[in-house]
Amino acid sequence: MIIIDNLQKSFGRNEVLKGINLNIRDGVITAILGPNGSGKTTLIKSILGMVIPGDGSIEMNGKGIHNNWKYRNQIGYLPQIARFPENLKVKELIRMIKDIRRTEGKEDPLAEMFDLKQAMDKPLRHLSGGTRQKVNILLAFMFESPNYILDEPTAGLDPLSLIRFKELLIAEKKNGKAILLTTHIVSLVEELADDVIFLLEGNIFFSGSVEELKSKYGGLKLEHSIANILSGQHV
Amino acid sequence: MRTFYPASMFKILKYSLFDLTRSRWTYGYFLFYLIFTFGLLYFSNDVSKAIISMMNIILILNPLIATLFGALYFYGSKEFAELLLALPLKRSSIFMGKYLGLSLSLSLSYLLGTGIPFLFYEIQATGQAWNFLLLTVAGLFLTFIFTGLSFLVSIRFENTIKGFGISIFIWLFFAIIYDGIFLLTLLIFEQYPLDKYALIMTLFNPIDLSRVLIMLKLDISALMGYTGAVFNKFLGTGLGMIVAFGSLVIWIVVPVFVFIRFAKKKDF
Repeated sequence: MIIIDNLQKSFGRNEVLKGINLNIRDGVITAILGPNGSGKTTLIKSILGMVIPGDGSIEMNGKGIHNNWKYRNQIGYLPQIARFPENLKVKELIRMIKDIRRTEGKEDPLAEMFDLKQAMDKPLRHLSGGTRQKVNILLAFMFESPNYILDEPTAGLDPLSLIRFKELLIAEKKNGKAILLTTHIVSLVEELADDVIFLLEGNIFFSGSVEELKSKYGGLKLEHSIANILSGQHV
Repeated sequence: MRTFYPASMFKILKYSLFDLTRSRWTYGYFLFYLIFTFGLLYFSNDVSKAIISMMNIILILNPLIATLFGALYFYGSKEFAELLLALPLKRSSIFMGKYLGLSLSLSLSYLLGTGIPFLFYEIQATGQAWNFLLLTVAGLFLTFIFTGLSFLVSIRFENTIKGFGISIFIWLFFAIIYDGIFLLTLLIFEQYPLDKYALIMTLFNPIDLSRVLIMLKLDISALMGYTGAVFNKFLGTGLGMIVAFGSLVIWIVVPVFVFIRFAKKKDF
């Protein structure tokens, strides 16, 4: 459960978030949509404490995150660009993160699921883009967390891994986890998301279910509704 | 500093060190000092002269290497930092751990590279052991100070080229430019009493401070220079060394403190 209240952030003169109010509920998959530069990643990084908000507050499971760091124990995070220490082997990276978090992880079933057994002994710099993304997924989901935050989780995944990933998401949702994801892939949103947040130039343009979005902005398919919003036909 | 969380800081320190043991630079730095020190001891039969020559190298090279590696490592391990920032860790632990990791790794290369040859030539039997020890301590101070300065510059500037440029300028300033300006002012105002001015000016340059620290102990007045002599005259050897030591500690603490402050406020 994440509650965001009047979140604002500027980089210099550039206002990226202009007062976001948002509830991310448990047991629900929330998708953030929006064109490039609409503030999706900044919103996510604010929740993680990587970007420090100019104004407003963020609460996670009942506690404010400002000047707090322990709350990150409650997040499994998948960054948009998987940047790792390149000299480490995959299993060394996993061991390191387990050591830092001081928890055991469930990396073995995940490695099995995403066919990563062979990659374990390879240095990260030798991995292909898709394999890196699978490692990224493994790192995000290997610890039991009440919240998962996923920035473009399906980039570069092969079809089989994509199916497995969707199954994983649905299973975690049924476990009562709050799942927040951003994506540009509309079909993924239609298939998985319960709540949709549409960000436009730092404001929440729409918040509700997929069905509501479709009925409000026309189009039988979600992508048409989104195209309608972006081309300005909503005015 | 109540903000520290030592257990996780030491973990970051451990992994930074682990990362750096895989870097060719670490071994290059070690090998350079090893070969250079052996060479120096082999060609000069007098250990005390070798220590003076070592000093002249260390005062320039340790700050330069700490500056270059500092910027190189800081910008090079950005992804590592971003990975850590999303974990339940304090920012101060992450960045303190990185700072100590690099400073210790450089110190280790330097300690082993210079220490092994001097032990091989049985420094403990020559009566120069304390002088060598003081030189070593001064070298360590410079490593920690200039790593801190270049980290401070690197966190402030997103642009790598800018960060490198400013870091190198800081080294150049303290190693060369500062003394030039200092000497020039001494020359221009030579008819005034400048002792206190010279004393204070020295406190503001960590390289000069390290030089004075060693000179006070070596007590070679010909090499002590003007500032060394002023230190000796005003403070005497004992107090002079304490002041120099104290100032060097401040030169570590202040830049690192500001660096951590910046790290806490930065958007990643």
